[in-house]
Amino acid sequence: MTARPATGPTGLAGLADLADLADLRDARRARQIAEQVPDPELPMLTLADLGVLRGVEIGPDGTVVASLTPTYSGCPAMAEMRADVAARLRGAGFARVEIRTVLDPPWTTDWITPAGRRTLAEHGIAPPHPAPRRATGPIPLELTATRRSVACPRCGSAETEETSRFASTSCKALWRCRGCLEPFEYVKEI
Amino acid sequence: MSDDDHVYLSLAEAEGHPGGEARWAFGTGFEDPLHGVDTAVPAGIDAAELAGCCLALGDDALVSAQRLAEWCTRAPELEEEMALANIGLDLLGQARLLYARAGQADGTGRDEDAYAYFRDADDFRSVRLAELPNGDFAFSTVRLLVLSCWRLAHFDRLAASADPVLAAIAAKGVKELTYHRQFAAEWAVRLGDGTEESHHRMRAALDRVAPYLDELFAARPGFGVDPAAIRDEVTAVLRQVLDAAGLPLPEAAALPGHGRAGDHTEYLAPLLAELQSVARAHPGATW
Repeated sequence: MTARPATGPTGLAGLADLADLADLRDARRARQIAEQVPDPELPMLTLADLGVLRGVEIGPDGTVVASLTPTYSGCPAMAEMRADVAARLRGAGFARVEIRTVLDPPWTTDWITPAGRRTLAEHGIAPPHPAPRRATGPIPLELTATRRSVACPRCGSAETEETSRFASTSCKALWRCRGCLEPFEYVKEI
Repeated sequence: MSDDDHVYLSLAEAEGHPGGEARWAFGTGFEDPLHGVDTAVPAGIDAAELAGCCLALGDDALVSAQRLAEWCTRAPELEEEMALANIGLDLLGQARLLYARAGQADGTGRDEDAYAYFRDADDFRSVRLAELPNGDFAFSTVRLLVLSCWRLAHFDRLAASADPVLAAIAAKGVKELTYHRQFAAEWAVRLGDGTEESHHRMRAALDRVAPYLDELFAARPGFGVDPAAIRDEVTAVLRQVLDAAGLPLPEAAALPGHGRAGDHTEYLAPLLAELQSVARAHPGATW
């Protein structure tokens, strides 16, 4: 259901309040549905966990407006995310759905929720460190930067090393544990 | 599994494509990367100049992405191949966003495919350094270093652009370009400070790049950042890397002409021919 019921003449102000209440309920339900949509590349995470879902609102005409932000400029999963959110909202009975792209502020791994970080680790993917903060002025290039240690998500060992800063998707790097010898992926902070 | 559980089936049912008519290919209008973004050009901005700026930066990215993609199956190690492909993918994403913005600003409403597939080399506004053949890994490293330092400085300033869409595209790109530069810089040091052979090849690569440097910083009027204003900043970073690598920053006479004016080397047309061949042979094809 999406259309706001007619609220009738002003004498029926109580009904108008009820209609507002229904709108609020709809908005909450739409938000819950959108929040539960899994990420196409990291299906153990929801779009809410990933911080990609930036908002869900219901407009005055009953249209559900869901805002998504891309993780990387070239993220090929954006189309799938949009289509999936729209399809699930429609499947839940919201006839009018609009998906908006939000570019600003740009996505950062800092938006991955604590629950999302736990889920990543449970699935053998090391969650990101806090994204680097930058001072004003030119972005410094550090050639001798000491790499942060990334704990192995399988055995917890800190004896790990980077194999490649680029992996199967834009957002991940490839690491290897020198303790349990298992390779693992790491969501690199950005 | 229900249809709704599968993103690709959901995609096939997406708005505008009923009946499972999934559209994945070029020329389909399947996805506007700026879908749902407020596309108004703010008052006081010359829309044609904004479009020109987006087009130039988009062309740099598309041509660079194509060269990087050529390393697939040819890189010295699998990890480097993934790295180069990933960097190319970021740039391709930047190109798509910039083309979408150009099409809005120039009033033609052209989509990304129109810019990427249906313009000839003369119409491209990319710098010539981007189109040179890949050469060896040293040359590709040096070129990536130069172009990522340059583009990063450029985008960092564009993040404060008067056009909010371009500013947002640039702010997003800054994060990506920062690690492109890091990747290239680390390889430059490793190769320059490596074996006699790798050092020699890096020197040769720098000599090859040198005549194309002035073009990057030639002052040009129009919307966006004056490239001349970022020269010192970019040169300082290049010197930092080359000093660590034990390599000189070569100087060479600039080549006449400018890619931004449509002057290109003989290498751009064959690059585009490959990139555009399917789209032109089968206009509007879907699969």
